[in-house]
Amino acid sequence: MTLPNPGRKPRVAVHKFSSCDGCQLALLGLGEDLLQLSTLVEFVHFAEAGPVDPGAEVDIAFVEGSIGTAADMERIREVRAKSRFLVAIGACATSGGLQALRNLAGGQAWIRAVYPRPAYVDCLATSTAVSRHVQVDFELWGCPVSSRQVTVALRALLSGVQPVEERDKVCMECKRSQMVCVMVARGLPCMGPVTRAGCGALCPGIGRDCYACYGPAENANAEALARRMEASGIPSAAVGRRFLSINSASPPFFAAGIGRMDSHD
Amino acid sequence: MDDPLLPHEAEVAEYIRESAGIFTLRLRFRDPAVHAGYRFAPGQFNMLYLYGAGEVPISVVSDPLDDTLFDHTIRALGRVTRGFAQLRAADRLGIRGPYGRGWPLDQARGRDVVIITGGLGCAPAVSLINYIVRRREEFGRLVIMQGVKHADDLIWAERYRRWSQMAQTQVVVAADVGTPLWPWQVGHVTDFIGQAHIDARKTIVMMCGPEGMMRAAVGGLQAYGLPESAVWLSMERSMQCAVGRCGHCQIGGKFVCKDGPVFNYPQVRELLAVRGL
Amino acid sequence: MEAGFLQHGRFQALLDVLHGCGYRCIGPQVRDGAIVYDALSTCRELPQGVRDLQSAGSYRLERTSGLRYFGWANGLQALKPMVFAPEETLWRVQRADDGALRFSASRPSFANLAVIGVRACDLAALALLDRHFLGTAVADPCYAARRSGMFLVAVHCSDPSGSCFCASTGDGPQASGGFDLALSELDEGFIVETGSARGADTVAGLGLEPVTASQRDAAARQIDTARARQRRGLPSRDLRAALVSNPEHPRWEQVAQRCLACGNCTSVCPTCFCHAVCDSMELDGSAGAHARIWDSCFTAGHSQIHGLTVRPDTRTRYRQWLTHKLGSWHEQFGRSGCVGCGRCISWCPAGIDITEEAAAICSGSSDG
Repeated sequence: MTLPNPGRKPRVAVHKFSSCDGCQLALLGLGEDLLQLSTLVEFVHFAEAGPVDPGAEVDIAFVEGSIGTAADMERIREVRAKSRFLVAIGACATSGGLQALRNLAGGQAWIRAVYPRPAYVDCLATSTAVSRHVQVDFELWGCPVSSRQVTVALRALLSGVQPVEERDKVCMECKRSQMVCVMVARGLPCMGPVTRAGCGALCPGIGRDCYACYGPAENANAEALARRMEASGIPSAAVGRRFLSINSASPPFFAAGIGRMDSHD
Repeated sequence: MDDPLLPHEAEVAEYIRESAGIFTLRLRFRDPAVHAGYRFAPGQFNMLYLYGAGEVPISVVSDPLDDTLFDHTIRALGRVTRGFAQLRAADRLGIRGPYGRGWPLDQARGRDVVIITGGLGCAPAVSLINYIVRRREEFGRLVIMQGVKHADDLIWAERYRRWSQMAQTQVVVAADVGTPLWPWQVGHVTDFIGQAHIDARKTIVMMCGPEGMMRAAVGGLQAYGLPESAVWLSMERSMQCAVGRCGHCQIGGKFVCKDGPVFNYPQVRELLAVRGL
Repeated sequence: MEAGFLQHGRFQALLDVLHGCGYRCIGPQVRDGAIVYDALSTCRELPQGVRDLQSAGSYRLERTSGLRYFGWANGLQALKPMVFAPEETLWRVQRADDGALRFSASRPSFANLAVIGVRACDLAALALLDRHFLGTAVADPCYAARRSGMFLVAVHCSDPSGSCFCASTGDGPQASGGFDLALSELDEGFIVETGSARGADTVAGLGLEPVTASQRDAAARQIDTARARQRRGLPSRDLRAALVSNPEHPRWEQVAQRCLACGNCTSVCPTCFCHAVCDSMELDGSAGAHARIWDSCFTAGHSQIHGLTVRPDTRTRYRQWLTHKLGSWHEQFGRSGCVGCGRCISWCPAGIDITEEAAAICSGSSDG
């Protein structure tokens, strides 16, 4: 990406769609780096931090959240039209997020079951990734994304280059950190072998199995991992739920998970 | 200790836009001693470092005897090369090199030389062509064949025209897709090998381009009865260290960065036949 | 050369001598259900009375009633991370306000490591890494800095795991060289051999006792048993021709169905040397760094050139791993790249066994 008009600070917007706001904390939690950042860019729209100007033209737009309402669909097109470089951040924006579980179950039926006056709920039957609606220039996966991911991407954009996509498996980070594999040494159903790196193998690092919050890695063999888990004695439906979780709408996870949810063994 | 991986600071002396998406950086090292000590052979490459973004291997296209500047012609295709496209005169970058084995010039001397290139594969050959053109009497016939996908992709059209007017020199340029005023051939460049009038007894062939093109060219050359050992090709693989350590450039047991990039065809015959190695 | 016998209860004396010589001792320890190398201050931290149960895709530790320190086969990693760091900055660059760049090399601090409990397979792998990183005109400076001065205390392997096959590769169970000291552990103590002058100096003041014939016999017997107990093996030490002539074997696709392409095998392999470089920048843009990190032939980035991934799928990536490790290594290093440690079998989350795959491809048989 080439930055316009050298001499003026690039303008940045942070937009929120259907989400929990957690990914915005990757910016808000930067501490001193946020002060540094504000000398490098101008935040023209970042409601959580103060400035509100959702219609402003910007050089870089960070988009958090999935497209879950008719208004979202309209608004994401406006955001796209006003943004030179659009970065989708977090599981909601990159895959549809946890709320995409409603795609599997007939969203309207859920709404009728949960809310006393469903008519007040204006919501699409599906929750979908931003890239299903507009062109996305770069995606940062994770639930939530980390400050490191956001600042590394932003720094690359400020230098006029595309950020590096992290798409290898969590196992690569886990082994580089010299952690003991929780799957091999303890039999835990770790999702690391199919999950995108970027978290630094956070969960295996504290002795837990990865639950795939960073979505599918490049060339993820989800079916093979699912079979391996079943062979180790985990019931099919439980294996299916491992895949149909935070990133259920991502194609490899959906494919491995959906057939297993019907089984009740 | 001399660090094989540490770049030297260089600066852009001139930026030349060759076509949409292809540009040439004319460079010099900032340290005059480094610049004076820098030597390369046609077919070798440098690692070019774009500040903060990373390194890419790019062949040197200029004349090895030009000690004022050295040139890299680059297609803006990837993350780093698109960044390089934004550099301008006086901008700084890092350079280390040269690396690899270049073209077999000693073996080519006194023989007819056929150079077959495809796409930006012409870049590593330009330095070779210039080398031969400047010492024309040391070589026999020169056949330059360059293929592009689309007529608009051809860079250095003026050079090809100029070379085609030289004595004892034949130039065949072909585009898979031509345009109304396209003065050259339409089709795969390898379809025209039959027109190159190769004398199998005294010809050396050097090629650089997509592997599919090089496979087709080898097929086309068989009709002449040319010995396989007379064919040389420049291979391409991912290169991150350029000194045979990072492992990315392996094709079979070869490290393209140090054993190549220029190989004698029999060295890579079996490897070239298998896709995805 | 045989130096003498060290009573089991006096093992700490060896560590004390090494500490006294200024070495930082590294030794095997139990952590998170596996044996890992870590800083060792006393012999109490060693995995005493522990054995490892390894099989394809599984690694478990078990307590035994024994008192041996080294009655297990191997742990998560060999020596590789100590010499070829998983992540390492190679150089840094500073940018001045006028855009000028200043590059400076980065070097690991001199570590002076003494590694205790090194296996024969680990030593064979280290010799290969030495050739790769040091064996050309210009040595790799970071590797050289980490490697120099490293003191190696081998322990001949008495208890191979279910994944081990060093006997078939010729790299174990007995360490044949490349060590400063080598130990044969018996219930009552250690037969100490020296492999270098500094190894001999180290044990000179330890007051070693003479070795008895029955101790010598027991040590030899347990090596024979360790060799005989191995159930896996490669079909031959040179599979180059068989692998190179079978690039389209259907088995490659079959293993790709199971393979997760996660890179665990290459990460635990003691000889895999592939690494990627990654560049970073300070947030204010004033400085950057150029680092290398372990990569794997199972990643897309490994074979990517301007928009084309040469090996786009697991079939071609697994084929690259196996044909390189067991085939083209011969061309590059004059031997196979496999030392039979079995780590890629145990630590594969999918339980893929390199010996089974090699046998299937090289026999020409295509059934799964």
